Amino acid sequence: MRQWAALLRPGDWLVIAGGAALVGFTLPLLWQGGFAERAIIRQNGQIFAETDLLTRREFAVPGPLGTTHIAIEPGRARVVADPGPRQYCVRQGWLARPGEIAICAPNRVSVQIAGRTKAYDSLSY
Amino acid sequence: MTASVTELTVTAEDRRVAWLATAAVALSLVDAAIPSPLPGVKPGLANIVTLVVLMRYGWGTAVWVSGLRVLAGSLLLGYFLAPGFFLSLTGTTLSLATLGLARHLPGRWFGPVSLSILAAFAHIGGQLLLARLWLIPHNGVFMLTPVFATAALVFGTINGLIAAKLLADTPAAEPDR
Repeated sequence: MRQWAALLRPGDWLVIAGGAALVGFTLPLLWQGGFAERAIIRQNGQIFAETDLLTRREFAVPGPLGTTHIAIEPGRARVVADPGPRQYCVRQGWLARPGEIAICAPNRVSVQIAGRTKAYDSLSY
Repeated sequence: MTASVTELTVTAEDRRVAWLATAAVALSLVDAAIPSPLPGVKPGLANIVTLVVLMRYGWGTAVWVSGLRVLAGSLLLGYFLAPGFFLSLTGTTLSLATLGLARHLPGRWFGPVSLSILAAFAHIGGQLLLARLWLIPHNGVFMLTPVFATAALVFGTINGLIAAKLLADTPAAEPDR
């Protein structure tokens, strides 16, 4: 170990420290847009409600077919019930990652998860 | 009967570049054989050769050896003119440029390890930029920066130490340039 350390000159330690600082500086990039922080509920394209994902709460969103029920839990959200015929948005289950979205097209309601930054413009399944 | 004979005079310098480039290409192949968790995270063993050549024979020879290594290495591994080739070329170009500047640092304070780390960061920086501009035009590429930067630091240090050891163990056969 010591013979290897002898190959390092004083400035080398400086460069290593600088490199480590650079790595530390870039570390937050790993979490960029990585956390689900908010849920955006839209009705007919308009924002119906925007909420943080910290507490448990329920939303009842009225639409042309009836009421869509949306549940919010810490870190996730889902459509609980929807009057639409095919129930796609209900069967999608919990949404927990930024960019995920459940669309109840017949009732014109959508719920989308958002992070600090917008990770995707759209996702298709 | 040949109508004309083209004489190629091979200088000692040419032979040296060819041998060193061969060593670098061999190390590139070793590099490619090492499994990596993420494309782009590689030890970059061939850079040991570049560093030794830079310290012993100067920047011009290092450029020749690196250039030949990228070309021959990509031909042997079958990615010549594929995206990986241009990533390799960009990284090598930027790290050679960095080495060209960094070799003027006072040698008493900054040894091969410093040069190696600086070159490694330049290499990965160039590759990330090219990937962002051309291959994956989305800022999501930069989310992997910490991983690449860590690899650059770790492998840069190790390669620099190996190069320093080689330089210390084999005294220069001819005066340093």
